[in-house]
Amino acid sequence: MKGAAVTVGIAAPQESYLTDGTTLKSWLFTTDHKRISLLYLATITFFFFIGGFAAALIRYNLILPEGVLDSPETYNKLFSLHGVVMVWFFLVPAVPVTLGNFLVPLMLGARDLAFPRLNLLSWYLFVLAGLVALYALVAGGVDTGWTFYTPLSSFYSNGHVVATVVAIFIAGFSSIATGLNFIISIHKLRAPGMTFYRMPVFLWSLYATSVILVLATPVLAMTLLLLAFERIFRIGVFDPAIGGDPLLFQHLFWFYSHPAVYVMILPGFGVISEIIPAFSSKQLFGYKFVVWASIAIAVISFLVWGHHMFVAGTSLYSALVFSILSYMVAVPSAIKVFNWIGTMHKGWIRFDAPMLYAIGFIGLFTIGGLTGLFVAALAADVHLTQTYFVVAHFHYVMVGGMVSAFFAGLHFWWPKITGRLYPEIWGRVAALIIFIGFNLTFAPQFLLGYLGMPRRYHSYAAEFQVLNVLSSAGATILAVGYLLPLAYLGWSLFYGRRAAANPWRATGLEWTTPSPPPTENFSTTPVVTGPPYQYPCTEAVRNE
Amino acid sequence: MNFTLPQATVDAREVDALILALTLASLAVLALVFGLMARYMVKYRAGSPIDRGKPPQKTWRLEISWTVATLAAFFGLFIWGADLYVRLFQPPANALQIYVVGKQWMWKVEHPGGQREINTLHIPIRQPVQLVMTSEDVIHDFSVPAFRIKHDVLPGRYETLWFTVEMAGVYHLFCTQLCGEGHASMIGQVVAMEPEEYERWLGGGAKGETFVEAGADVFRRHGCAGCHGDQGAGGIGPALAGLYGAQVKLTDGIVKADEAYLRDCIMTPQKRRVAGYPEIMPSFAGQIDEEHLLKLIAYIKSLK
Ligand code: HEM
Ligand SMILES: [Cu+2]
Repeated sequence: MKGAAVTVGIAAPQESYLTDGTTLKSWLFTTDHKRISLLYLATITFFFFIGGFAAALIRYNLILPEGVLDSPETYNKLFSLHGVVMVWFFLVPAVPVTLGNFLVPLMLGARDLAFPRLNLLSWYLFVLAGLVALYALVAGGVDTGWTFYTPLSSFYSNGHVVATVVAIFIAGFSSIATGLNFIISIHKLRAPGMTFYRMPVFLWSLYATSVILVLATPVLAMTLLLLAFERIFRIGVFDPAIGGDPLLFQHLFWFYSHPAVYVMILPGFGVISEIIPAFSSKQLFGYKFVVWASIAIAVISFLVWGHHMFVAGTSLYSALVFSILSYMVAVPSAIKVFNWIGTMHKGWIRFDAPMLYAIGFIGLFTIGGLTGLFVAALAADVHLTQTYFVVAHFHYVMVGGMVSAFFAGLHFWWPKITGRLYPEIWGRVAALIIFIGFNLTFAPQFLLGYLGMPRRYHSYAAEFQVLNVLSSAGATILAVGYLLPLAYLGWSLFYGRRAAANPWRATGLEWTTPSPPPTENFSTTPVVTGPPYQYPCTEAVRNE
Repeated sequence: MNFTLPQATVDAREVDALILALTLASLAVLALVFGLMARYMVKYRAGSPIDRGKPPQKTWRLEISWTVATLAAFFGLFIWGADLYVRLFQPPANALQIYVVGKQWMWKVEHPGGQREINTLHIPIRQPVQLVMTSEDVIHDFSVPAFRIKHDVLPGRYETLWFTVEMAGVYHLFCTQLCGEGHASMIGQVVAMEPEEYERWLGGGAKGETFVEAGADVFRRHGCAGCHGDQGAGGIGPALAGLYGAQVKLTDGIVKADEAYLRDCIMTPQKRRVAGYPEIMPSFAGQIDEEHLLKLIAYIKSLK
């Protein structure tokens, strides 16, 4: 290995964190970040499929203009469940708690996170939150949408608003704990020689994400607490009938939730910034720009919440300010896209599954970002907001973007995590099916939105049917695409070929330790002597 | 199957022009992004024998130039969208005012002459129409895609929305803010008619008292005249005649007396104190409902 990172001594391949204790107890009371990451992976996969199931029912209902499910109330509960589960139990945590948990210490060259027991506690909080949310679901669901706008949520909803809100409140503590753990680990546990500018972009992006989580989550927690108080004790905070202000809720809610959408996407940027150089066998183009773009996004994301309220009854001037700030936040995102493409220039490009997912990510995220310009342009937003256009926009960013990035990362680090290779051909097939299914599902929704179909409608005017049927057909393909990895990754756990330490010829400390890594990660502390992404990496690749 | 949306207002054409510009700009960027990616994927695929030369090192110039170019393009789009938005929400003074109350799950409309309708809004074309809107329960949103316009309708507040329709026709009216179980059924139609036809329609249906007459009734019933004088002439409280549209001096500043101000004075008088008067006006919150309040305000507006 040239220059970048040097480790001495390799642990015996048989002994790894996976074999270090096999009882249930050894898993449930582990403080090993790698095992906790697997606990999280199981948990969020479970939630992804719950949320996905609701999505399937939503699309199924919309095949007929009058709605297939006979009750509008059921439909409202379905999209609320879908939103709540996908946002708080999948999108926000996914990359940080699984890939992040596994990789932060490995990339830092550390033994574990700064606070291993806090890490385990975060998982228990997350599970507790999930159980409360599931209770709310089983007990009758919630029908306010994931945004809980007042006064609908404070007094008019019959759903289990308080239970749902409590679930999110608890999940918030889990987020904050994870965020603090990452920030402190990155400050304190970097291997000798690893300066900030020698950190992989994935660590930078988790750093920026964690800062947002720690600063914004408390605002959400307080907002939800006030909502619960208003609902239980009838104190007038948000409901004008008892002296409250309904717009106050929206301000507070979006003050958290817009930065939160960047919590969902920034770790994805980090993943892509690792994968594109590895499969182009070239250093990341404009490393410092990519790093500072992450920081810029984290900062500006706090200043744009008002763009969700252009037609809500706020002042004209605040709309102007929020509009221009929204354009500002798009600039660093554009920088990143250009730099990824720049990385491919003159590269040695291989098209393994992680790279296919990453390329899909760039395409879909670009479409999502560009349509963000439509909703940031005030007069266009007036027409498009609250329609399917917005639904398509944020699904391109969050599902086309974030979920693709998550899959890219999962395939990329799968050999490291499990010590097994997955069947490459199936990985590529799935990436392709997901890309096609995704576009077929969401592209028609841009047009639907322009034509005026409102979101959150369980029935609609007959003229919207063709596009809806198209979208539902796409969703079926997409569902197949998402089920495939579950099958072949599951298969590889038992039958996959053994992976070498560095099957992709990638740089980075995590590839210098065996796959799967031993409990202590590195037998000797690695020393970093150069910048990241010193491609081409010449380290030998041997798959046993 | 029809993939076009009628452009029933001037604004519709302007909003469409903006959306078209955004679409073209986006397609150009997409062509660039997808084009470059496809080109590199083919040209630099592993194993392709092409000479890759030295990878470029200096990135500052490139980074700065595409950042600046992006910023400039964004700024142009911002100005365009913002200018149009400001015009979208500045009503002309001569607009015909119609009152709209949202309620789970229907739109209640009342015309100045007292004609009422539900989930249908009749309007004349080629004449600015301003809706004065409020809600009796949760937040709703009044949206007519063919006019490219929408606005939230909030409980406890008045929001207004205006447009001039150019094409006679029947258009979809949607509620676009999730408002509970019946959200998807909170729909209706806007019937835009030639002005003469509208007049005929107004004269036709069951007609009760006009809005202003009904408002005068409310004024009397709640004893407003006790302080503000008959016909709002003034007395213990400030004169109401000629108040609408005037600048009012408060103990802490000056406001323009619009519907929202009048509403606040009646429902939460402690919030806005008119300079020079004792703090004795009681709040009528809970005593006058939204519909009567609309009429009362219409009456006050009629006092010249
Ligand atoms: C980085 C990734 C992004 C994510 C994760 C994201 C996510 C979202 C989400 C979830 C919504 C929907 C909120 C709702 O329920 O109504 C939304 C709306 C919006 N987004 Fe994005 N977005 C991203 C990028 C952008 C960009 C780059 C811009 C602007 C240039 C933008 C501008 C907007 C605006 C203005 C809205 C409000 C739309 C409306 O209510 O009509 N977004 N975004
Ligand atoms: Cu409604």
